[in-house]
Amino acid sequence: MDSTLRYSDALIAGILRRVRTIAMVGASPNWKRPSNFAMKYLQQKGYRVIPVNPRAAAGASILGERACASLAEVPAPVEMVDVFRGSEAALETTREAIRLRLEKGFEVVWMQLGVRNDEAAAEAEAAGLTVIMNRCPKIEYGRLWGELGWGGFDRGVISSRWPRPAKRDERSG
Amino acid sequence: MTEEETQAPEGNPPADWGFETRMIHAGAGPDPVSGSRQTPIHQTSAYAFHDADHAASLFNLQTFGFIYSRLGNPTVAALEQRIASLEGGCGATCAASGHAAQVLAFFPLIEAGERFAASNKLYGGSVTQFSRTFPKFDWHCDFVDTEDLSAVEAVLAQGAKALFVESLANPGGVVTDLETLAGLTRAAGALLIVDNTLATPWLCRPFEWGADLIVHSATKFLSGNGTVIGGAVVDSGRFDWSASGRFPGLSEPEPAYHGLKFSETFGDLAFTVHSHAVGLRDLGASMAPMNAFLTLLGTETLSLRMERHCRNSLAVAEWLTEHPKVEWVSHAGLPTSPYRELAKKYLPNGAGAVFTFGVRGGYEAGVAVVEKCELFSHLANIGDARSLIIHPASTTHRQLTDEQRAAAGAGPDVVRLSIGLETVDDLIRDLDNALAGA
Repeated sequence: MDSTLRYSDALIAGILRRVRTIAMVGASPNWKRPSNFAMKYLQQKGYRVIPVNPRAAAGASILGERACASLAEVPAPVEMVDVFRGSEAALETTREAIRLRLEKGFEVVWMQLGVRNDEAAAEAEAAGLTVIMNRCPKIEYGRLWGELGWGGFDRGVISSRWPRPAKRDERSG
Repeated sequence: MTEEETQAPEGNPPADWGFETRMIHAGAGPDPVSGSRQTPIHQTSAYAFHDADHAASLFNLQTFGFIYSRLGNPTVAALEQRIASLEGGCGATCAASGHAAQVLAFFPLIEAGERFAASNKLYGGSVTQFSRTFPKFDWHCDFVDTEDLSAVEAVLAQGAKALFVESLANPGGVVTDLETLAGLTRAAGALLIVDNTLATPWLCRPFEWGADLIVHSATKFLSGNGTVIGGAVVDSGRFDWSASGRFPGLSEPEPAYHGLKFSETFGDLAFTVHSHAVGLRDLGASMAPMNAFLTLLGTETLSLRMERHCRNSLAVAEWLTEHPKVEWVSHAGLPTSPYRELAKKYLPNGAGAVFTFGVRGGYEAGVAVVEKCELFSHLANIGDARSLIIHPASTTHRQLTDEQRAAAGAGPDVVRLSIGLETVDDLIRDLDNALAGA
């Protein structure tokens, strides 16, 4: 993981508690692709994930959600844009998110593991958006609420308090 | 944002917690169902699925969770998290033994017909595993003197995909120059794999010196009471499998998971996910939950025990250097040790508790000392609260050739000690009596 990017647990947890709907740019209909893995996991945790994929056939659905050709087609409100594209392409997606932020209600631009674009981040932050780069919301969710540890990973989380469930789980029942 | 929303679910970033805190707490918060403060022993073979979709997600590796204890178990996972945390790694995979951990470490890396290199100063069991049994998998090991850097470079240039060393070598007194070797493996696109069993993460943390993987025998100091057989392989999470292209097991489509590419889908988690989902699934050398529980108990006191192990060990070593029947003592903490400077660099908290000495009189004298001890236990183990003694040439290193024994520091006159936590004067008196009769 990119150690030059540091985000506090509080920041990440705050985003994952607050966000309800995610526009996933680059979501793949192929179930073996990483984006499809992340989308399915986030759906199971109670998020609505709207796939954005210009190459998806018109009206095609991914994991039960109709795919949108662009962010402009996403039905508001959507709090988070999850960028599953290359680091260079992330600039274009971020600029579109900045343009549409008020109309759609975007609050967070989250670039996936391996995706980092400092120029895009600076522009988004200047526009009042919260930016996370080079992280996966699935892995962060698993890390912060324990499931990642089931796979033998050091979560870096220590507490002697009775663990509180993620608010997301409570909401989704 | 409300205060509720900004508050982290639990805890703080990992850098905030000290080693001793992580020895006790890493991987082991209160049980979310019962509130059990000590980690429960999940003595179960399998785990119920919520529904068919949940089961499919688990089998496809799309979600985290448990299927069957060969692949993962909550008690074992708690220990994996703890060992990963103490080593400063990304994740860990526990195994049925240290030897099983070594197979698991190489399994994703070495294809049939490929080679790796290993130090010629290793635990005899590792030498035998690498030289006798691995060739049956068509895996081939070249043993090399890791103090001869041009020899190391040569073997890496010939295609060795990994270099395996012990940070503090068994039977004793040899400290490996990890930082220098990590520079060589990095330049060659190979991995540095470090057996950190004798040092434990309290004395040495190989990832801080550039190692890529660490293996442990949890049987030794991690559990600490001579109760379990267990092992672990820890991943630093830093090796870029996709960029390397030399490790298709991690970067190319995995047929048994519908063509999933582990490095693409799991990023820096790839090695540890693979070790569970493919390694333990197919090799089956899983750690038992009870053994994980006992090792968790052991790690809670690791630093306290290691301090005492090291203090007692150095006192016994210093006493032995003065004994007329002792030819030499190989302990990296002694001022006469050729490894003294390396020990200061890599083992600043102490040079470990396993070391060797040479008895005047050779093989017979070595055997006699071992047999005449009353307090020291004559057995083939190390890293116990009890002090242990053995004659490697007739036991642990018996399978080796004379040359291999000499290279490993297990010649005919060598006696190996693993110093325990007893009153140090009692240990010295016991050895004094044994040497008098030898």
